[in-house]
Amino acid sequence: MSHSMKIVCNGVERVCAPQTKLVDLLCDLGLEPDTVVVECDGVILRREAYDTHLLTDGSVLELIRFVGGG
Amino acid sequence: MLTIAGREFRSRLFGGTGKFASAEVMRDALVASGTEMVTVALRRVDLADPADDIMRVLDRERYLLLPNTSGARDAREAIRLAHLARAAGGTPWLKLEVTPDPRTLLPDPVETLKATEELVKDGFIVLPYMNADPILALRLQDAGAAAVMPLGSPIGTNQGIVTAFQVRIIIEQARVPVVVDAGLGAPSHAAQAMEMGADAVLVNTAIAVSGDPVRMARAFAMAVAAGRDAYEAGLGEARENAAASSPETGLDFLR
Repeated sequence: MSHSMKIVCNGVERVCAPQTKLVDLLCDLGLEPDTVVVECDGVILRREAYDTHLLTDGSVLELIRFVGGG
Repeated sequence: MLTIAGREFRSRLFGGTGKFASAEVMRDALVASGTEMVTVALRRVDLADPADDIMRVLDRERYLLLPNTSGARDAREAIRLAHLARAAGGTPWLKLEVTPDPRTLLPDPVETLKATEELVKDGFIVLPYMNADPILALRLQDAGAAAVMPLGSPIGTNQGIVTAFQVRIIIEQARVPVVVDAGLGAPSHAAQAMEMGADAVLVNTAIAVSGDPVRMARAFAMAVAAGRDAYEAGLGEARENAAASSPETGLDFLR
């Protein structure tokens, strides 16, 4: 039985524990949740959902933020 | 005062945030420019540098954020970026950019119009970056664009307004504000746009890559104000032959 799951985060595969919440992943990555917008499997998540959203095996995440541009 | 989508702007210079040597230089240059609206782009977070966040130096009280859809190659990609921008910034303001060709970065008119129609329906305040095509400007305006942003010359080229003939027609015909965007490489280019009657200009590269971005930002601010004053004052007509400035009478004593 598997004790871990695989997700793809910004194009890179990562292993994380089952029942990992999105907010935990963001903290592990050193990211302040308020500074990123998250698209999970093509759906943009509301900021309020970060604390409760459970990642699932195979989830594809895009973590996006503002950068300099013209 | 310039009004776009019901919002008033004292400054007619919009600023970009790309290509600055540091976040601090960018912050100081934006302050010196007096701008009240700044563009930003959206990209994947750099997971190797998670603390690198431009928003820590951008004062949201001072600036209206105008996220762009740079990097989008068609309407579908632009719309996806637009929704991410709205989620990230909490603002419906959007600089729509659809540039399929990385060599010229010229905007795709068909995809830009398509995306404008869809995003306006979805409640976005859309300012489309467009080639200087007067007919397209009318089509975008009819589709609900809050302003149109014709290019002076391709992005980052510093060539000035090579599209002057078309930009003049766009300004003549437009019922929405006209913001000349892209290619303005010198304060004189910005002044020229404003003298032509543009409502505002957007400048990024020319300020960001200058030897002294803060000073260059100030120079652009003065040029924009000067050009606007000149436009409002009314320029004299250009003419073929000389017309003496001094009286032509009262010279009898010489003859």
